[in-house]
Amino acid sequence: MPNILVVEDSPTMRQLISFAIKRIPNSHVIEATDGVDALKKLSSEKIDLILADINMPVMDGLKLVSLVRGNPTYKDIPIIIVTTEGAEEDRKRALSIGANAYLPKPIQTQELIKLVNNFLSN
Amino acid sequence: MEKETGFTNKADEFLQMFKKGEEFTKELLKENEKLRYRIAQLEDTVARAGDEARVRLYEERIALFEEELRSIRERFRKVEEENKDFVSKYIEVEEENNNLANLYVASYQLHSTLDFSEVLRIVLEIVINLIGAEKFAVLLIDDKTHELVPVGTEGMAVSDAPRVKIGDGIIGAVAKEGESYFSADLDFSVLDPYSPIVCIPLKIKEHVIGVISIYKLLTQKSGFTNVDYELFNLLAGHAATAIFSSKLYSQSERKLTTIQSFLDLLKDKPRK
Repeated sequence: MPNILVVEDSPTMRQLISFAIKRIPNSHVIEATDGVDALKKLSSEKIDLILADINMPVMDGLKLVSLVRGNPTYKDIPIIIVTTEGAEEDRKRALSIGANAYLPKPIQTQELIKLVNNFLSN
Repeated sequence: MEKETGFTNKADEFLQMFKKGEEFTKELLKENEKLRYRIAQLEDTVARAGDEARVRLYEERIALFEEELRSIRERFRKVEEENKDFVSKYIEVEEENNNLANLYVASYQLHSTLDFSEVLRIVLEIVINLIGAEKFAVLLIDDKTHELVPVGTEGMAVSDAPRVKIGDGIIGAVAKEGESYFSADLDFSVLDPYSPIVCIPLKIKEHVIGVISIYKLLTQKSGFTNVDYELFNLLAGHAATAIFSSKLYSQSERKLTTIQSFLDLLKDKPRK
């Protein structure tokens, strides 16, 4: 059963993403409200994939990506950035620090499910 | 002498008989030869006739197989068409499902609290994340001044958002008529707080309590989809109800606190 960590400060988006992810058979969603909360969840649960927003309080998504990539235990977990920042330079920056994919909001549920499935099957 | 003649006659007769027998045998052999030839001919004819029958049979079977192949191809084509139909229906259902999920989440969140600032935050979240707006303002009607007053903004300061008299300009007209406004072109190169690209009335039945005025969409958002219009409709009704209920709730809470304090004062008042 793949555990997917959804890191998002907006409860609306958390619920929407969780709603979409739950359509992937046997998947289990773990929610975190910011980067720090995500690191706590990473230490207590076995996570197979991370979906993270960029703009969050306490610790943003980019900081979270660099910390995860710098940690030998978590460095191989695929990370998908889901954000309102749609500019090309934002995408490049996120990918250059270790994000595996970049999905601008508003998200297309099908696209999100396809992306998550691709990473889970790899 | 007579005896000798009789013997010669008998020998002749025997010779004659033998010759006849020889001729008969020759005839029989010829006949036998002819019959063998005829048998060979007949066997050849029969063999040829068998081949032709077999060829005819094979031709018939090939024709049958071809007919079957044609019918299978026709069925395959129909199944392919049905598949295409199912695929397009599946995509439609999936889209509808996703849209419903968006609408469900939006309405669920809007009615999840009675705290006015929370409701306002949820409205902003929906407009940013689900619709994809970058700059917008939520304006509510001030019952005392009959003006639309900004209560929440995104991508701009509250002080930059307009205060509009009901009936004035695009925003005022939306508040007065209760009809949504969608600009013909989504050009937001020049930001004019009085000229939104989209203006949605927040209304409870026919009573307008405010508007959502959108000025700019996110870079990656090039236009509106069906679900956006559904979300606008949902916001028009549900956001209005949620905002109105939360305001009423906070007002009643305030009144309750005042009354409670008053009662406490009365209780504590020393009797004369």
